[in-house]
Amino acid sequence: MTDLSTSETKPETIPMHMTSGSAIIESSELGKGKTVRTPDKENRPVRVKARDVSVFYGPKQALFDVSIDIPAKAVTAFIGPSGCGKSTFLRCLNRMNDTIEGCRVTGQIELDGSDIHDRDLDVVELRARVGMVFQKPNPFPKSIFENVAYGPKIHGLARSKSELEGIVESSLRRASLWEEVKDRLHEPGTGLSGGQQQRLCIARAIAVSPEVILMDEPCSALDPIATAKIEELIDELKQNFTIVIVTHSMQQAARVSQRTAFFHLGNLVEEGPTDTIFTSPKEKRTQDYITGRFG
Amino acid sequence: MNSLITAAVLLALLGLAYQLGWSKSRRLETAGAKLHSRPSYHGYLTVVWALAPALVILLFWLLFSDRITQSYILSLLPPDVAALTGADLFSAIRRVRDIASGFGVAGETQPWENAAGQSLREFNALTFAIVTAAAAGAGALAMLWARSRIAPRFRARNEFEGVVRVLLIACSGVAILTTAGIIASLLAESIRFFSFISPIDFFFGTSWSPGFSTTGNEAHGEYGMIPLVWGTLMIAAIAMLVSLPIGLMTAVYLSQYAAPRLRDTVKPVIEILAGIPTIVYGFFALVTVGPFFSNVGALIGLDIRATSAFTAGVVMGIMIIPFISSLSDDILRQVPRAMRDGSLGLGATKSETIRQVILPAALPGIVGAFLLAVSRAIGETMIVVLAAGNSPYLRFNPFEPVSTVTVTIVKQLTGDTDFASPQSLVAFALGLTLFVMTLILNVVALQIVRRYREQYE
Ligand SMILES: Nc1ncnc2c1ncn2[C@@H]1O[C@H](COP(=O)(O)OP(=O)(O)O)[C@@H](O)[C@H]1O
Ligand SMILES: [Mg+2]
Repeated sequence: MTDLSTSETKPETIPMHMTSGSAIIESSELGKGKTVRTPDKENRPVRVKARDVSVFYGPKQALFDVSIDIPAKAVTAFIGPSGCGKSTFLRCLNRMNDTIEGCRVTGQIELDGSDIHDRDLDVVELRARVGMVFQKPNPFPKSIFENVAYGPKIHGLARSKSELEGIVESSLRRASLWEEVKDRLHEPGTGLSGGQQQRLCIARAIAVSPEVILMDEPCSALDPIATAKIEELIDELKQNFTIVIVTHSMQQAARVSQRTAFFHLGNLVEEGPTDTIFTSPKEKRTQDYITGRFG
Repeated sequence: MNSLITAAVLLALLGLAYQLGWSKSRRLETAGAKLHSRPSYHGYLTVVWALAPALVILLFWLLFSDRITQSYILSLLPPDVAALTGADLFSAIRRVRDIASGFGVAGETQPWENAAGQSLREFNALTFAIVTAAAAGAGALAMLWARSRIAPRFRARNEFEGVVRVLLIACSGVAILTTAGIIASLLAESIRFFSFISPIDFFFGTSWSPGFSTTGNEAHGEYGMIPLVWGTLMIAAIAMLVSLPIGLMTAVYLSQYAAPRLRDTVKPVIEILAGIPTIVYGFFALVTVGPFFSNVGALIGLDIRATSAFTAGVVMGIMIIPFISSLSDDILRQVPRAMRDGSLGLGATKSETIRQVILPAALPGIVGAFLLAVSRAIGETMIVVLAAGNSPYLRFNPFEPVSTVTVTIVKQLTGDTDFASPQSLVAFALGLTLFVMTLILNVVALQIVRRYREQYE
C-alpha cells in the first residue's frame, strides 16, 4: 500500500485545545510506518482513531490491519462490496463484536484519545457514547415514547418525568419525527412505517447524547422517499455528532459524506475526502469499484 | 387361519390386478402408442379400483354384522328367553355366541342352547362366504372395468394423484372422527347423568358424597363438583408457582447466557425430566416428598399433611419445569437478534436487555406456553391420585388433603361399576367438564402463540 498521507494537513494548523489535535503526530508513530490517514482539510479533530485493527470470526480473519482516523462532526462513509468487512469494522467501534460468539478483535481503537478496550472504560458506557443504528429498523415492542426513553432511563439521564419527556421530545425533534408522532406517543413503535421506524431508532440513539453515531446501511430496507429523509437528517445531525455510515450505495456516500473509506476483502484500500475518492482515487481497485467494474 | 388365507389371497389378487393394468398399457406402448401415463400408474390404478369396492363391502359388513347376528340369535331363542330384558338377555345371547365359537361356557348347556349355537355357526359360515364372494366379485368386476378404461390418452397418473389425496384426507379424518366420537359419547353419557342429577346441583354444589351404587336406594348422594374443581385449581396453581419461575429462569439462562455447547447438553438432560412416567413422580411424591414436607412442617410448627395439595402441586410443578423451560427457550430464541442488539447498542447490560426488551417481546409466547402447561396440570392424574390425599372436601388450606376432578373420575370408575347409575355416569360429566376446561385453555394458548409467531415472520 502506498502512503496516503498528503500535504493537505499541516500539523501546526490544528488548534491545540482540541484533544485530538496532537493525534496526527501520534498517529504516524502508532502506524509504525504503515498507512496513516489524516483528517480532512477542514481540520476537524480526530474523534475515533483505529490502528491495526484485525477481526477474526473463529479461525477466519475477516478484517486485516485497518487503521483510520475518523474526524469529529462529519460524516464518514464506508463503502465496498458486500462481505468486505464494513459492518465488522463498524461493530468494532462500539465493541458490538463482543456480543458475537467466537469473534476476536485485535489492534487499538481510541475514542477521544482513550483506548476503548481499556479496563477502566466500561463497555456499557462506551456504547452510550457510541450509539448505533442498524440495517433493519428494530424498534422495541414498546410505545414510541418508551422506545426513546429507554436509553435515558437505563443510564439515569433524567431526574424527573418532565425532564425525561423533554429528552424524548428533543430527540424526536432532532430525528425529524416529532411532528409525525407527537399525537400518538403511546402507540407501539412497531406500528410506524419503515422510514419512521428508522428515524425512531435514530431518535433512540440520540436520546443518550452519544458523541458518535454508527449507522449500518440505515436505508437499505427503505424506499427512496424515506431514504431521502434519512439522508437529510444525517446531514443535519453531523453538526452535533460524529457519524459513521456504512452504505452499499456510492451515490449515497457521495451525497452525505465528507470522507469515504473503501474496503475490499477485509482491507481498507483507500480513505480520504469524499470528492477525492470519487474523482481521483489513488488505488486501481477503488477506481474499478466506483466505476462499477466490480461489486 | 381364515383371515390369514384371506390376506394371502387378497395380496395375490392385488398383484394380479397390478399386472393386468401394467401389461395392457405396456402392450399399447409397444404397439407404438404414446401413453399419457407410465404403465406403473395404470397398474396402481387398477389395484386401487380392484380394492375399493371390496373394502366398501367389508366395511359395511363390519359395521352391521353385529346387529344382524344379534337379531338372528334373537330369532333362535325360545320365546320365554327372548322375553327377558337387560343383563339376563345379554348373557343368554353371550352364551349362544360362546357355544357357536367353540369357546365353551360355564355350567350345563340346555338343548336349545346347543341347537342355537349350531345354527349360529352355520349362519356365520354362510354369511362369511356371501360377504367374501360379494367383495371378491365386486373387486373383480371393478378391476376389469378399470382395465377396459386403459387407453393411450387415459390420465391414470392424475387419477392416481386424486386417489392419494383421498387417502391422505381419510387418514387425517381418523383423528378428527375419533375426537368427534369421544365428544359425542361424553355428551351422551353426561346427558344421561343429568337425568339423575340436576346440572345446577352438579356445577354449583359444594358437597361431594356420591354414596355407593350397590345400595340401590333412591338417594343417589351429593354430586357438587366445586370441591373437586377447587382442588384441581389449587394444585395447578401451586404447580405453576413452582414451575413458572424455575422454568423461565432456566430458559433465560439457556437461551441468553449458556454457551452453545453447554446448551446442547443441558437442554436434553432437562428434557429427560419430561420423559419420566408420571406414576414415578407420583410415588416419589408419596414416599419421599410428602413425608419430607411433613417433617419440615413439624420442625417449624406447621401442620403439613404428607399427602396434600401442596405435595402434589410441588411435585407436579417439577414435572412441568421442562415443559415450560423448553417451550420458553424456543420462544426466547425466536426474539430477533436485532432486538437484542438494539438494546445492547444503547448501552444496556445483558440483564437489562433481557428484562426490558427480550422478555416483553416474548411475553405472548410465554403466556401461551404457560397456558399449555396449566392445561397439562389440570389434566394430570397419577401424581394427584397418589399424593393429593383424595379427600373431596372444600378446604382452603393447601397443606390439607384434597381431591381433584381426575382423581374422582378414577375413583368412580374403578371397582364394581354399573353404567346405569349416576355414581359411574358422573365420570362422564366430570370428564366433559375437564375436557372443556383444557380445550378452552389450549385454544386460547395456541391463539396467542400463533399471533406471536406472525409478529416475527
Ligand atoms: N457473525 C459472523 N460470524 C462469522 N463470520 C462473519 C460474521 N459476520 C460477518 N462474518 C464474515 O465476515 C466477513 C465480513 O462481513 P461483514 O462485515 O458483514 O461485511 P459487509 O458488512 O461489508 O457486507 C464476511 O466474509 C462474513 O462472512
Ligand atoms: Mg454489512
